[in-house]
Amino acid sequence: MYRYDELDRTLVTERVAEFRDQVARRLSGALTEDEFKPLRLMNGVYLQLHAYMLRIAIPYGTLSSEQMRMLAHVARRYDRGYGHFTTRQNLQFNWIKLAELPDAMADLARAGMHGMQTSGNVVRNITTDQWAGVAPDEIEDPRIFAEILRQHSTMHPEFSFLPRKFKIAVTAATHDRAAVKVHDIGLRLHRNGAGEVGFEVIVGGGLGRTPFIGKTIKPFLAKRDLLSYVEAVIRVYNQYGRRDNIYKARIKILVHELGAEAFAREVEAEWKAIRDGVLALDPAVIADIKARFRYPVYETLGDDPPALAEARRKDERFDRWVKNAVANHKVPGHAIVTLSLKPEGGAPGDATAEQMDAIADLADRYSFGEIRVGHEQNLVFPHVTQRDLPDLWRALDAVGVATPNVGLVSDIIACPGLDYCSLANTRSIPVAQELTRRFRDLSLARDLGRLHINISGCINACGHHHVGHIGLLGVEKGGEEFFQITLGGQADENAQLGTLLGPAVPYAEVADVVEDVVAAYVELRERPDEIFLDTVKRVGVEPFKERVYAAR
Amino acid sequence: MTSPLQQKLKIVGPVVITANRLGDGAVVYRTADGHWSADLKQAAVATSAPAAGELLAAAVGDDIGAVGAYVAPVHLDPDGGVSPANLREIIRHGGPTIDLPISFGI
Repeated sequence: MYRYDELDRTLVTERVAEFRDQVARRLSGALTEDEFKPLRLMNGVYLQLHAYMLRIAIPYGTLSSEQMRMLAHVARRYDRGYGHFTTRQNLQFNWIKLAELPDAMADLARAGMHGMQTSGNVVRNITTDQWAGVAPDEIEDPRIFAEILRQHSTMHPEFSFLPRKFKIAVTAATHDRAAVKVHDIGLRLHRNGAGEVGFEVIVGGGLGRTPFIGKTIKPFLAKRDLLSYVEAVIRVYNQYGRRDNIYKARIKILVHELGAEAFAREVEAEWKAIRDGVLALDPAVIADIKARFRYPVYETLGDDPPALAEARRKDERFDRWVKNAVANHKVPGHAIVTLSLKPEGGAPGDATAEQMDAIADLADRYSFGEIRVGHEQNLVFPHVTQRDLPDLWRALDAVGVATPNVGLVSDIIACPGLDYCSLANTRSIPVAQELTRRFRDLSLARDLGRLHINISGCINACGHHHVGHIGLLGVEKGGEEFFQITLGGQADENAQLGTLLGPAVPYAEVADVVEDVVAAYVELRERPDEIFLDTVKRVGVEPFKERVYAAR
Repeated sequence: MTSPLQQKLKIVGPVVITANRLGDGAVVYRTADGHWSADLKQAAVATSAPAAGELLAAAVGDDIGAVGAYVAPVHLDPDGGVSPANLREIIRHGGPTIDLPISFGI
């Protein structure tokens, strides 16, 4: 966990006082909605279909148990008893009253939380690998650099009115769990030929209306140059990015239209002027930020304790859960545990206040009080001893977050869709719920192997449908809900956009079509361990198309 | 963004003026006596562009009562009732089509 200092606490507290005054002036009529809207958006307050929505930043997806308890409190006291974890590792409350928002924010501030950088045309909450700091395939903890970028970008005066929102993700592992290639800036910490650790800088990725995989404009950037180079990238974007057309305002359009090489030249020229100035990162500054992260003091333990093996032999359900939700930890005798927020029939990413409280207590008991939020809308306990896994599993199972479907067909990513969102064209959550029922048979799901379904209720792509193995995009035609289906997308180090299967299918048929696609995969795969994505790569979408549309 | 008042209204059937209440964002409808009501049955129904425009202008002017006023189509039921005429408005009127998360009884 990162420990905020007095400066951070003062900033957040002052922001609450400022917002309280703004809300009072709005309610009295002293501010018009046109004047108030940009102010509320700076604090993560949106107006959705039925109510105000508060989006709370969870920097790089790291939460303390104390913060999780505060989220439970806010859910219970100011909302309807639940919250929604999002694909940007944030949390949204859907039913907060404007007049109560300042009190809710004051409570959140007591736990170091706020809504800054969750809305508006600024650098948004910086995301990273939910296994950061504990993944065996990681070089260094990427959160140190995410935190440096967070501090630099928070209320950055030059970048408060960018052409559009700006998203940065950082990874430091071999396997990219942070989807860095579909961000405005993706940073991949790696080692160069000389053994030095630095960043590959990828720009211009993104989903939405016009999806692009990011382009590498700097294969290796020294750590000292991180801030100056990122500043140069955003500066070039701020200068040349389009402000006349909201649909062409993201950096991905600029990079595409200029070309990655020309964009890189602009950045290099800007960078040259500032790289040795105040933004050069002193190793002492990096060390200071690192020192503010509290790391657990792990016990010295061996892997695979006999009691764990015995528990797995005795209980098949537990064994299945271990195989599915437990991952290797960098420290022997420990494990990374994923808590599935995708129960059968549930809304992906939703958690009740009771679940949040229980998870906070269990995090204290089994995970050094630390919880992570992943962009797949699940939670993670990053520091569990293997010895504790049986007890932890029973406790997680009791609160409904131990469905062994992590990474499987029913681990669906979905945006809130038209049930909540004022931008959506179609509903997403009911489609996800129906699919979890269709694929409720977990032995079938295990047989299918890794298969990611992503659902977006509109072209803005909050459900990241372009990079789903099966992507579903809701579109409205003649007042009816339809879904376009793409196959073969992926968001990791081999990121690619899915290929359109064919004409959009009606809402009522979309679950049937997904079942047909999955059945086609089972017929087409060369061997049981060829995952869906590899089958699509090998045979293309045509065989799937024939199967799906022949019957319709 | 073009103001609702600058947009040319195309009315092809009965419409109401709807918005979100300032205090809590709840869905509300403009009534004939110039107030807002959460009850669609209380809404003033317009069937022509001038009538809808007049209602909308007054609603937009009431910036402190409700936010983001716009024209929404409705059906007039044979029994005199009013119901929303498209999916978005059905969901705004009736709430999410899904059950909200329930406690797991702990």
